[in-house]
Amino acid sequence: MCGIAGLIHRGKSSNVGNELQAMLQALKHRGPDSTGYALYADNNGENFIMRFKVGENVGEGSSSINEDESVYDKRKELVDDMLKNLGAKVLKEEKLTPYSYRYEMKYDDDLMNFSKKIESIESVEILSIGKSLELIKDLGDAQAVLDRYDLGKVTGTHAIGHARMATESGVDIKSAHPFWGYPFSDVSVVHNGQLTNYWNNRRVLENKGMRFMSECDSELIAVYLAEKMRNGATLEEGMKDSLSGLDGVFTYFVATKDSLGMAKDTMAAKPLVLYESDDLVAMGSEEIAIRSILPHEIDTYDPFDGEVKVWQI
Amino acid sequence: MANIKSNENKTKAQSMGLHTEVLTGKTQQKFFNPDEAENFYYWGTYDVDFNKRIDLDVNDLDCKEANKKIDELMSQGYGTIVIKNPQGKHSLGVGILNKLNLIFEGSLGYFGVGSIDGPTVRINGRVGWSCAENMMAGKVVIEKNAGSCFGAAVRGGDLICKGSVGARTGIDQKGGTIIVGGDAGAFTGFMMQRGRIIILGNVGINLGDSMYDGTIYVGGKIGSFGSDAIESPMTKSDIDWIKRKLKVAEIGENFDISKMTKVVAGKKLWNYDALEPTEKKGAI
Repeated sequence: MCGIAGLIHRGKSSNVGNELQAMLQALKHRGPDSTGYALYADNNGENFIMRFKVGENVGEGSSSINEDESVYDKRKELVDDMLKNLGAKVLKEEKLTPYSYRYEMKYDDDLMNFSKKIESIESVEILSIGKSLELIKDLGDAQAVLDRYDLGKVTGTHAIGHARMATESGVDIKSAHPFWGYPFSDVSVVHNGQLTNYWNNRRVLENKGMRFMSECDSELIAVYLAEKMRNGATLEEGMKDSLSGLDGVFTYFVATKDSLGMAKDTMAAKPLVLYESDDLVAMGSEEIAIRSILPHEIDTYDPFDGEVKVWQI
Repeated sequence: MANIKSNENKTKAQSMGLHTEVLTGKTQQKFFNPDEAENFYYWGTYDVDFNKRIDLDVNDLDCKEANKKIDELMSQGYGTIVIKNPQGKHSLGVGILNKLNLIFEGSLGYFGVGSIDGPTVRINGRVGWSCAENMMAGKVVIEKNAGSCFGAAVRGGDLICKGSVGARTGIDQKGGTIIVGGDAGAFTGFMMQRGRIIILGNVGINLGDSMYDGTIYVGGKIGSFGSDAIESPMTKSDIDWIKRKLKVAEIGENFDISKMTKVVAGKKLWNYDALEPTEKKGAI
């Protein structure tokens, strides 16, 4: 089933961490396995934020294999060595859990090459790279993940999130949403639905040099859009193209540094409720997600089949 | 298909024309029997007084508690209940089987006022997916928009949305009337079997796809016809009927009904009219 939520403040910042938490908590019944946040935070915009994991959360009903925590430290050391070799300068590092880190760093070269090298280390996955994107995903509900990663104080302009019910792949962080739009900085995707031409598309995209980290069908959307943008398409063009390029049922959100978009498949099989005003757009799988941050009476609607919308901050 | 034999000893129900045959074999179908007094007792129904009015704030109640409270109030004879702060909660106002004026001051989530039989409902907000699913009788008016599967499997009554509705409106509809003041999404009237749908605005693709029977009237543009849905000429009785229904719905006062498109089943896929009565039962 899965629940997705997103919001964008136009022309101002807000406490998007708490707002998205409230929206995702209201959708907990749609996906209790894992929760993910892609927050576009008020960072200084000069340095890259890289969030990565060196192992899986093996508790909370995880389908991952248990590992000794000492291997996490070894992998982290390998990442540090690789960063040095790549010429990246780490300005600040934070260990958030035994398996996940947040690095603030300076790096000026090609992100695709950078990501390939970092992810060549066993079990290391970059969750996101961006100058404002903070992508956090872990097992547990929205409140648990917010508390674990101290997201309540994050302010920013926009955010998308996901409450996952695992259907197509395991209960683990690598299959959790949002997915980073590798190798583009500040691109993230969340999806509700099933894609039926996953393997066909994956084979084609892998031949073009794109990378898949999981076997979750939703990751295809991020990779699909990233490949389109790599070839010069705008976000909106890529999203419109995806309506025919992706087969199955889906409603997905995609966010970039300064925009937020939604697309709904041509069967309109997956739910989405949308609230739009001059200074705020909020949307979610169910109205209760929007009501959790806007309790007063508002006008909302369901976008129609095959609809694509993009908003700027 | 079940075996069918004629029933020589007619019951009172059969003499009333309610059914003329009994099913044997593995089919376990029980017919309504007016000889049994308990069949005239409708569980969960109350005699209510429309002039007895009360407000109910459901902000701090979950849907089960809210529905239980509505039931309690009806048992106390309240005939007009105003629900405050529904806040998009799911499954509010379901299963009401008696006459009642039910007013929601706000929006509902999924499955709002489902399986109702009799009440008059006004929702001064929006409704989520599957509003009034399986409604038997009554009238439901939504002031704003509605989600997908609006009026799924409706069997009777009037279901009115003054705004726009999502996809698959009237899916599996078996009777009654669905009226939409705005636009409707894809697959409107999908697999509908009986009843009528009136859309004053535009509709999406695959209108009336795989419909068995029933009629859809569209005032705006049609994205595309679904398989086995065909256009049929509007008659004077269609126009008179729509005019009356729009008056009941309090919308489309100056709408030019004569320019609407009437869509019916081509009956190439499914043709109930060509079936014998016993075959119809087997098909259902």
